[in-house]
Amino acid sequence: MVPESYYLILSALLFAIGVVGVIVRRNPLVIFMSIELMLNAVNLSFVAFGHRLGSHEGQVIVFFVMAVAAAEVAVGLAIIVAIFRLRRRLSVDDLNLMKW
Amino acid sequence: MALVAFVVVALLAVGSALGLVLRRNPIHGALFLVVNLGSIAVFYLMLGAEFLAAAQIIVYAGAIMVLFVFAIMVLIPGKEETGPDPRRTLRLWALPIGAVLFGLIAAWLVVPRATPPAATEAGPGGVEAIGRLLFGDYLFAFELTSVLLLAAMVGVLLLARRRA
Repeated sequence: MVPESYYLILSALLFAIGVVGVIVRRNPLVIFMSIELMLNAVNLSFVAFGHRLGSHEGQVIVFFVMAVAAAEVAVGLAIIVAIFRLRRRLSVDDLNLMKW
Repeated sequence: MALVAFVVVALLAVGSALGLVLRRNPIHGALFLVVNLGSIAVFYLMLGAEFLAAAQIIVYAGAIMVLFVFAIMVLIPGKEETGPDPRRTLRLWALPIGAVLFGLIAAWLVVPRATPPAATEAGPGGVEAIGRLLFGDYLFAFELTSVLLLAAMVGVLLLARRRA
């Protein structure tokens, strides 16, 4: 039996890698994928905590996270496609229209 | 035995996550992310969450990643990140930030604390229990999820519509 804390450490590591990806990369698609990585890291910790507590509620929350992530990805990709149509380029550094 | 399997799959997960962050070609990143999501599904299986493992494969590695690969193909990227980075010094801060973040979370995790409330062993085959929770205590949230998905669908149609 693997102790739950191993899963939690792994989840922290994956989350940190996702944060680095969001900061480092310039392609909004890769930034999105890094966000998915972070969501999955948190999901893993939810399931690990649920396993430790002997409760199924952690799994239910992960289910909701998956549904929200699906909606988020669909809307986000549509926004990226719309931006690409407008700009013909794809770099987050170009997207500074809302900067005051 | 279980520990060996854990270490192998954990190495796979961390390696594919690093691949996603480090490879320049976004399609490689997408494939690395598929590997990562699959290894997380294996962890779900190890933790006794069979339903989530199946949902992870179907929803994440299946549907969401198909969407990603499709978007990457449509947008023909791969040339965007090749030039010199004008904000290189700022971006390099990501490494210490990520290291500090991981250190903080790990430090919080390894600190011994009060033992959790008595772990009642979750029954095998959690699908039934999850179903009861979803359609019992969490029914309102479950219905809200369907409204959210519908709203997302309508929003995407509106966003992706080609303006005349």
